[in-house]
Amino acid sequence: MNEQTLLFQAFVYLCAAVISVPIAKRLGLGSVLGYIIAGIWIGPFGLEFVAVEQDIMHFAEFGVVMMLFLIGLELRPILLWRMRISLFGMGGMQFFLTAGIVCAIAMAFGLDWKFSLAVGLIAAPSSTAIILQTMQEKGWMSTQGGRASFSVLLFQDLAIIPILALLPLLATAKSVPVDIEAGSNSLNLMKELPAWSSTLVIILAIGAVILAGRFLLNPMMRLMAETRLREIFTATALWLIISIALLMEAVNLSPALGTFIAGVVLAESEFRHELESDIQPFKGLLLGLFFISVGASINFDLFVAKPFLIAGLVVFLVAIKAGVLMVVGFVFRRRAREVMRFTMLLAQGSEFAFVLLAFSATNGIMAQEQVEPLVLAVALSMVLAPILIISFEKLDLMFTSDTLDEPDDDDNITDHRPHAIIAGFGRFGQIVGRLVIANGFRVTVFDQNPSQIDLLKKFNANVYFGDGSRLDLLKAAGADKASILVIAADDREKVTQIARLAHLKFPDLYILARATDRRHAYELIELGVDVVEREMFGSALQMGKKALVALGYRAFQAERAGEMFRRFDHEGLRHLSKIEFGSDQYREQVHLMTQDLERIMTRDKVRFSEMRGDKDWEH
Amino acid sequence: MASILIQFAHPALQKSRVNSALLEAANGLDKVTVCDLYELYPNFLIDVELEQAKLSSHDIIIFQCPMYWYSVPALVKEWFELVLERGFAYGDGAHLLTGKKVMLAASFGGMEADYLGDPPNVIPLDQLISPIRQTMQFCKFNWLPPFVTFDADRADASRVTSLDAVYRYILVGLRDNAFDMDALNPLVPINHQLRLKVN
Repeated sequence: MNEQTLLFQAFVYLCAAVISVPIAKRLGLGSVLGYIIAGIWIGPFGLEFVAVEQDIMHFAEFGVVMMLFLIGLELRPILLWRMRISLFGMGGMQFFLTAGIVCAIAMAFGLDWKFSLAVGLIAAPSSTAIILQTMQEKGWMSTQGGRASFSVLLFQDLAIIPILALLPLLATAKSVPVDIEAGSNSLNLMKELPAWSSTLVIILAIGAVILAGRFLLNPMMRLMAETRLREIFTATALWLIISIALLMEAVNLSPALGTFIAGVVLAESEFRHELESDIQPFKGLLLGLFFISVGASINFDLFVAKPFLIAGLVVFLVAIKAGVLMVVGFVFRRRAREVMRFTMLLAQGSEFAFVLLAFSATNGIMAQEQVEPLVLAVALSMVLAPILIISFEKLDLMFTSDTLDEPDDDDNITDHRPHAIIAGFGRFGQIVGRLVIANGFRVTVFDQNPSQIDLLKKFNANVYFGDGSRLDLLKAAGADKASILVIAADDREKVTQIARLAHLKFPDLYILARATDRRHAYELIELGVDVVEREMFGSALQMGKKALVALGYRAFQAERAGEMFRRFDHEGLRHLSKIEFGSDQYREQVHLMTQDLERIMTRDKVRFSEMRGDKDWEH
Repeated sequence: MASILIQFAHPALQKSRVNSALLEAANGLDKVTVCDLYELYPNFLIDVELEQAKLSSHDIIIFQCPMYWYSVPALVKEWFELVLERGFAYGDGAHLLTGKKVMLAASFGGMEADYLGDPPNVIPLDQLISPIRQTMQFCKFNWLPPFVTFDADRADASRVTSLDAVYRYILVGLRDNAFDMDALNPLVPINHQLRLKVN
């Protein structure tokens, strides 16, 4: 592929996505369907811009790997541990029931048992890409049905490993050994190894990922962070995922599973938000590409040739999966609404099916002409998936009075304590942060100094690398749910920038900002910051009180003098906030208040003599 | 010899004449500790543990302050609220204060006739200070008759001097256990009961 066609292909894919996805979203169809439709109309049965490229699909599947890494980042090990029952219980039950029923029906149609079993195993997984993308888009991750879906998906990911080992044993014809990723030149360490040592290698590989995540990756990322070059950090993040994926492929494990584990290990890392926001766009684009290739791969010729067979297969696949899911949901005593959510989410074929079907064909378990209808059925079930999910939403709206998703009450992950975000943990932010943390509030801290981060982690604060001037980081830190944002960065421009961004994007957030001086304070008030504190004012005032004491004032007298001084100094600020923002009067006042020191001092003297209010403290 | 703790409170001592003179009289007396509460806690953040330790280590506690609006200054009230904790000052197992003597040394802007006249023009003195007495008695303190100064705003130099002498005489007498406590009426100002003896 020369450069010209590569660019042209990129143009076509992006163009299709840019046109289809917003339309699909506007129509309420969700991005997944938008991408798939884009794939159909640029594919061989649409405008014929692109051929069905297996390579592109494989490449795009890397989006799923990245997605699982991101999911892992969200999931602390403790949460994973709490999921164990739904993971193995629901996941296992769904998998074996689906595989068993599909296999039994296939045999009832008089098919060979080996073929039937292979079809059963291939039919059991659901599409991680579609489900997770949809759940993130709709914010279903925290619902009971969402969590159940995630557990089942995770189990399916685990199950791919034994399936890959099992499939060659089902081969009827003489098989040619092939790599799982046909056409890719991945390393494979496992070919020659006996079973026990391959198990050992697998354990070693997972152990290596966990140990590296615990002890190696953080210092490495800190090193990268110290370069203060964002692209180097992004490069590190990508390198990290790719290297884990390669390692996992080398030991025949699912790369998605490997990166998921790495994600979980890194969930406690202070670089979590940074990693998240760096990988997110890549993941999004690759998944989009993946859905487009699913669309492009739909073989309409085959559908026209055998419409009843194909339609029958799709209905059969979706119906059996949905039936099993419903049974699983009710056996595990989920609420009816959540069972429906879970059922509609998971009732489709998986992207793994494409890989496994190709694998089966090359291993001689199935003939090519048997595989093609199955591939088409899986692809069509994926097209059907967003439609099922939309119909669930419509029904849900009809039957439930409140449209809010019920939070999962199985495990109480959301902490309801008021939450403060502190941007900047230097000399200023430290004092604010220490006070707030000492009083038991939940605090998330951003800082750009890695050693500062280390220190804070010892006190169990959520600490992240970054400066808070990026929207994605603020979002990742929970700015939409936090009660307050304290902007304590020492750079004047940075403070203004964060304040502007936060006020614009999170209008409900109560913002407290550190101002360099009087002028900066006015600037921040104009931006809509709720509390402005000049960085030197408090300590200088304290010093002033001590100076008065040293000059012979009583401590209480000096305290009152100092606080009175603070009051009338702040009066200007408060006065300003009462005048309509942006009016002529407002500008005039700002001008007045930022005049030279001499005028300020003259006013001080007058005001101060007026404000003394202790006439009656005598005898 | 008993030890005396004077808990002194004046929000604007720089303007005071009576109380600063009384404070002067107490200063330097052996076994008498003077604590200037407004100087110690200008922002009202009272060190409760320290204050409790001070109570524990003295036998006689004197609250010396001006009275404004028929009550003690705000910091003294704050002090009562924070230092006289359950478990320390009252309640189960609280016995540290039992039997310690406590005295109010208060200056009033009003005239003697307002509080001690027959009948009083404003309110009987004992009724006026009864919330404080009640507080102390609740904590098992032994309530001494109060030391009071009336018409404190207009006290001239000679009256201040004689007040000083009485105050010092009473402090020393309390410290040395020189008074017949049973003979004192807890409701009548101690300086009125002992004034004759000084002169």
